[in-house]
Amino acid sequence: MVTLTIDGRTVQAEEGAMALDVAQEKGIYIPTLCAHESVTPYGACRLCLVEVKTAAGRERLVTSCLYPVEEGLEVITNSERILRNRQTIIDLLLARCPESTVIQDMARELGVEKSSYHPEDHGNCILCALCVRACQEVVGVSAISLVNRGVEREMAIPFFDDSTACIACGSCSYICPTSAITMEDSGGVRTIRMPNNETEFEMVPCKVCGNYWMPRKQVDYISRTKGIEPEFFDLCTTCRD
Amino acid sequence: MTIDAEQIRDKVGSVLDKYQRDKGMLVSILQDTQAALGYLARESLLEVSAGLEVPLSQVYSVASFFRAFSLKPRGRHLIDVCLGTACHVRGAVGILEAIERETGIKSGDTSEDMRFSLETVNCVGACALGPIVIVDGKYEGEMKIDRVKPLLASYD
Ligand code: SF4
Ligand code: FES
Ligand code: FES
Repeated sequence: MVTLTIDGRTVQAEEGAMALDVAQEKGIYIPTLCAHESVTPYGACRLCLVEVKTAAGRERLVTSCLYPVEEGLEVITNSERILRNRQTIIDLLLARCPESTVIQDMARELGVEKSSYHPEDHGNCILCALCVRACQEVVGVSAISLVNRGVEREMAIPFFDDSTACIACGSCSYICPTSAITMEDSGGVRTIRMPNNETEFEMVPCKVCGNYWMPRKQVDYISRTKGIEPEFFDLCTTCRD
Repeated sequence: MTIDAEQIRDKVGSVLDKYQRDKGMLVSILQDTQAALGYLARESLLEVSAGLEVPLSQVYSVASFFRAFSLKPRGRHLIDVCLGTACHVRGAVGILEAIERETGIKSGDTSEDMRFSLETVNCVGACALGPIVIVDGKYEGEMKIDRVKPLLASYD
């Protein structure tokens, strides 16, 4: 355990825990868009900026989701300087995603009503890679990644058209903070819409109630990796109890 | 220049063997694959992914990230025009336009006869000699617009 201060409050934390997690645990709010408890931190959105001062006296602005705490650290989560930086970041995001209600709300919260940049609608994706991390770390299939570089960076399936690895579980759409990926089930078909691709997947029906309840590829994947008989998925969770 | 599947499997196979199928060597493996086959064909990336047991999405992410990799067939000669600051102020844009006119292709493209591929770079560290054009790795310093035509004519 190490002792540090956050906004003047003395707190104890596990050495190496990320400053963001420590703050949140103590009920201190830090705005974030790309942090999620189920995946490793990535530092993409930069909104979680805080000021730190180490015991040795070194002062810096850092992304709290990626900053491990240490003995004697002083963390400030809210200051004029931090706010100014967060405003610039959300201002840029607002110019990129003018239609995203999540970004609009976050901007308002930070006191930015209108982007001071020329808005250029790039859809709702903020390139946070939450979908990519969830697909890799939680689902374990790595069907998607961030591709290209610079202004051409996008989240995508390989070659923008190869969904072989995707099991249609929809985790990417659940975790996406800005609803840039959406999912729709209708008539035995699940449609996953990504910023640059739309793919349809077959669903399997429950043998009792007839409701389509799981994508065929997800059934295959779970039975293959967990060694469960495919017949196990004949009944939906409701009809099983 | 199309390459058949068997050739790809062969070449990628020997590149993979050279690196003992080490996932950590992905970038080098892609470099060698491109050197052996001219560009990174879709099938090459599929082979690398399968051979290294690295998800295709990650191979594609790396292959599409680095400027040095080409996912499309490249021409016999690669022209790089430096648009770094020093070359820029010495008229690199004019040189680029002259090359685009002469070859009929834009930066990032390959001519239909597969003679040239054209790309731009940002500073190659020879600023004193700018504007710089590099053809097949050979540096041409202090480029002038009227030198473009004869220069390109020397490559078939
Ligand atoms: S699609 Fe959503 S989760 Fe994926 S990178 Fe874009 S904003 Fe993040
Ligand atoms: S939450 Fe830390 S950079 Fe996005
Ligand atoms: S700017 Fe062209 S070589 Fe440096």
